Amino acid sequence: MIQVRDLAKSFGTLKALGGISFTAESGRITGLLGPNGAGKSTCLRILSTVFRADSGTATIAGFDVHRDALAARRVFGVLPHAAGLYPQLTARENIRYYGELHGLDRVRLERNIARLIERLGLAEIADRHAKGFSHGERTKVALARALIHEPKYLLLDEPTSGLDVMATRDLRQWLGELKAQGCCILFSSHVMQEVAALADELVIIAHGRLAARGAPAKLMADFATRDLEQVFVDAVARVTR
Amino acid sequence: MSPVLVVCRKEILDNARDRRTIFSTLLFGPLFAPVMFAVMINMMVGRAVSTAEEELAIPILGPERAPNVVAFLAANGITGAELAGVATLEDGAEAVRARRAEVVVVIDPEFGADLAAEAGARITVVFDRSDTRASGRARRVQGALRAYSEQIGALRLLARGMRPDLVRPLVIDEYDVSTPAGRSALVLGVLTYFLLFATLLGGLYLATDTTAGERERKSLEPLLTLPVTRASLLAGKVAATICFMLLSLALTLMGFVAVLTFLPLEQLGMSAHFGIATALGAFAIVAPMAPLGATLLTLVASFTKSYKEAQTYLGLLLLVPTLPVIGATLLNVKATHALMWVPSMSQHLLVTALIKNEPLAAGMVAESVTSTLLIGALLGWITRKLYEREGLLG
Repeated sequence: MIQVRDLAKSFGTLKALGGISFTAESGRITGLLGPNGAGKSTCLRILSTVFRADSGTATIAGFDVHRDALAARRVFGVLPHAAGLYPQLTARENIRYYGELHGLDRVRLERNIARLIERLGLAEIADRHAKGFSHGERTKVALARALIHEPKYLLLDEPTSGLDVMATRDLRQWLGELKAQGCCILFSSHVMQEVAALADELVIIAHGRLAARGAPAKLMADFATRDLEQVFVDAVARVTR
Repeated sequence: MSPVLVVCRKEILDNARDRRTIFSTLLFGPLFAPVMFAVMINMMVGRAVSTAEEELAIPILGPERAPNVVAFLAANGITGAELAGVATLEDGAEAVRARRAEVVVVIDPEFGADLAAEAGARITVVFDRSDTRASGRARRVQGALRAYSEQIGALRLLARGMRPDLVRPLVIDEYDVSTPAGRSALVLGVLTYFLLFATLLGGLYLATDTTAGERERKSLEPLLTLPVTRASLLAGKVAATICFMLLSLALTLMGFVAVLTFLPLEQLGMSAHFGIATALGAFAIVAPMAPLGATLLTLVASFTKSYKEAQTYLGLLLLVPTLPVIGATLLNVKATHALMWVPSMSQHLLVTALIKNEPLAAGMVAESVTSTLLIGALLGWITRKLYEREGLLG
């Protein structure tokens, strides 16, 4: 379970997060939804221990992301907004590098690499340098890299942005499989259809504050509409700066 | 495997595949430095030889009009040469203009008569002043002619019972205090600078790529989400940079060994044996600069906002080790214990002494190595503090 309590973060005078709280359960996909600049990336970066919150706490599997950063990093995998592959390394080497830094033993590492390459359909590009990869290929390799240590928690920052229809579908399917295996998945997006197709739980934020949360069906009932997009618009409108 | 090793190995592999890194580390430094050095030495040797009495062959028009002058010139290493179809002053000027000759000496048709009449016999030296080599040769011919003129003048005064010193009120002497060893100090300064330069250059791309480059490629953020401390990541990156620097230094030294075998260093008063033993000694003395340089470059590259900015600053940084070397060369600094605490100065002084085949004080070598490593460690500590900052992501 991921628990976020009163998380706040400012960059200079810009208040990115103004104290938000939510939980993301294991075996479920939680969508972090909000307009551009709402604080989604900041929230995910605090959870992935890259940024430090000014106040509030966040725990992943009970590990505080600040005090127990190294322990937390062992249990989650991150798919950042930009894949960030090393262009001079092959797909396989990119994945292996992360596995080695996770301290996997050789046998488990090679077994996991082979499994992920097979599952994500990377066989053709596995031994090519990442330099010439398409956006979809880069995202796939970055996902394989994030999953190399079989994490029970997965943080994804706008995973489908820029992907074509086929790649988006594949990604949806993999996330569904991971969920079935008991993974706790938290992803951010600003595309409503995306979230509707994927998420079991929604956390809608705007201006760094919580606007609404709950299952899509519950939210539609709360806002008395059958249109999830309307829920989003109404919820965001409720939050004033 | 330790994460430091994993990072180090990956950075080496990654950069070994980058053509720019290979070019600057394994080609540019090790090739450029010794070749540049060889060219410099050759020019210096060439200049030293040209000032010596080199045989000059100069066309002399009308040698039969002044056999004594021709004989005097020949005694001063200037012999007459054939230049077909040239007889008059105009012909001589035309020949120089057409570059058929650099310098032409024309003896006036009335030379013999004027000399006998003590009326100022004329000799014209034709040359092109914009041609530096020809000017130098013309100056030599003029010098010889002037000496002959003074000799004749002195004889005429003596014949009249007067002392030649009457018409020579000033005696202007030259006293050149430069020694071959002193002149070679400049050369040696350049040599140690090339060694330091090649060492730093070897790590330039890695220091940029592993910090500013990593941030610009957006690969730093996911890297920071791995269960590895930032200090370990940094240590691995710096270790990879050090490896490339040492490789560059070793290759450059090999280049120097190869090049210096063919150079006439004795003519500049340098001991010519820059052999394997000297190279190994120089490696041991300069090697501690690698950790210092790697942490310094990494530190500066971590401050910058982009790859380009990092390259600009690091390019300037390459000039920093020149300053102590220039200072030491110009002021003719001698090795002291205190100076062993100045990085690049201490390496310069020690390598210079090594090449001159002077005895090295073991204490000084130890001080130089220790101080350089200590400063490197301090810079590493500062860089590590910097890496703990959130702003690292830019």
